[in-house]
Amino acid sequence: MLELLSSYLAYDFVRHALVVGSVAAVLGAVVGYFVIIRNVGFAAHALGHIGFTGATGAALFGLAPLPGVVLICGAAGALMGVTGNRLRRSELAVGMVLSISLGLGSLFLMLYRGFAGQATAILFGNIFGVSTAQVWETIGLAAFSLGALALFSRKLLFASLQPDLAESRGLSLTGLSTAFMLILAVSVALASQVVGMLLVFTLVIGPAGIAARLCRGYWTALALSIAVALGTVWTGILLACLTNWPPSFWITSILFVLYLLTELLSRYVLRRER
Amino acid sequence: MTPALSIHQLGIRLGGRELLRGVDAKIAEGEFIGVFGPNGSGKSTLMRAILGLCPIHSGRLEVFGQAPGRANRAIGYLPQIHSGLDATALSARALVAAVQGGDRWGVPWPSRAARAEVARALDLAGADSYADRSFAVLSAGERQRVALAQALLGQPRLLILDEPLANLDPKNQRLLVERIQEIRRATRATVLFIAHDVNPLLRVMDRVLYLAGGNAALGAVDEVITSDFLSRLYGVAIQVVRADGRIFIVNAESNLVETARHA
Repeated sequence: MLELLSSYLAYDFVRHALVVGSVAAVLGAVVGYFVIIRNVGFAAHALGHIGFTGATGAALFGLAPLPGVVLICGAAGALMGVTGNRLRRSELAVGMVLSISLGLGSLFLMLYRGFAGQATAILFGNIFGVSTAQVWETIGLAAFSLGALALFSRKLLFASLQPDLAESRGLSLTGLSTAFMLILAVSVALASQVVGMLLVFTLVIGPAGIAARLCRGYWTALALSIAVALGTVWTGILLACLTNWPPSFWITSILFVLYLLTELLSRYVLRRER
Repeated sequence: MTPALSIHQLGIRLGGRELLRGVDAKIAEGEFIGVFGPNGSGKSTLMRAILGLCPIHSGRLEVFGQAPGRANRAIGYLPQIHSGLDATALSARALVAAVQGGDRWGVPWPSRAARAEVARALDLAGADSYADRSFAVLSAGERQRVALAQALLGQPRLLILDEPLANLDPKNQRLLVERIQEIRRATRATVLFIAHDVNPLLRVMDRVLYLAGGNAALGAVDEVITSDFLSRLYGVAIQVVRADGRIFIVNAESNLVETARHA
């Protein structure tokens, strides 16, 4: 078994996949926790689809997909953040931004007329096709996002849990919401390299959602979220090597099983508490 | 001594509509004021104006002698709406800890002093016995105590409590009012307590601030809550019925009982 593992690790593309997967997993796990407590799952989901427009647009203009995705997700995220800082209003804002992006995406796809394999790679991810330059890009973007989040996470947590109180203490709900949506946009773009646009939701929502349902403190929740994300991505990549089935399939399947176990467990925990 | 709250000819507009006009009120430090009025009469808006979150159209409003928003560190606020946290297992203590120092930069790692302050507030609110349980599994009464603990952080001199009795059964209403009265005695804080029904507060409040029809009146219960006075304030015929030491405020035309709504 160990021999088999080390033989896989001899390949550059496997090592790159593991690095990019780990980075995306950690970023998704941390940002995802804020997605859960801010209740902006729909926005995270929409950003994944919006990234599709960025990727097709980038292809149309002859750019690499990642800058295109980061650019359009960032713009869309900022727009969502500015227009819908309160949870009650954000659904409409997200929906409208999603609609116009998908509309543009359909136009780009029509104009592009490239080979369809590219579109599949964008939609379902292509973690085994990551170049060395992309590895560094990913690490840089993730470090920037996590650094920025660390800078204002205390304010963000307060504003997410008690917006009215936070406002009375002079915090700008719109500013925090916009800054967070920008970071979420970068995370979605990075995670989409691993599992693709359609499944990006998995890495952002899955591990954090599981941890949030089980942990009573935010630091324990973050630790569990990161552990689940890393474990899932590593196992998924390994199983993909062994079976030749796509890593996206394995990652989503593992997370789904973990989610079912969490539901059972959290029900048991909550009942015993009462 | 500077009054806790000094309001002079205050006018507030909301979305072009005149919500309050010519409001005068002077509230001394340490007073317990019950704030009443029908839905949409501007109770919550007036509280937001005190916090500097809602612009003042005319007149003057001072909190501890300062412009609204300037003295917010001295104000403990219990807002009406609480975030839905039913999908997470986050504990009540973690929730309160997020508020303590939540206006600072950096990561939310609470210092020893912050943890001690959170424990003090939870204890004062009477929520310490279930503080480490998930907020999602707490009862309405327990959740309200946790919200109260958040308002008590930083030893505020003024407590603004926006409908803390909503969704509570009569027994929990009584327990919460008693606890707030104890806190007021221990901390000498001024209390602005918004409620729908005057009865749970009859024994504890010093004066009443009654908002209706864009007007406001501040005075003793027996002065303000009378048929004549409220009829003038509302601009329609109101009947105040006293029975068994309880007060019922009835719209004489529709027989609508203002109290009993949350009972």
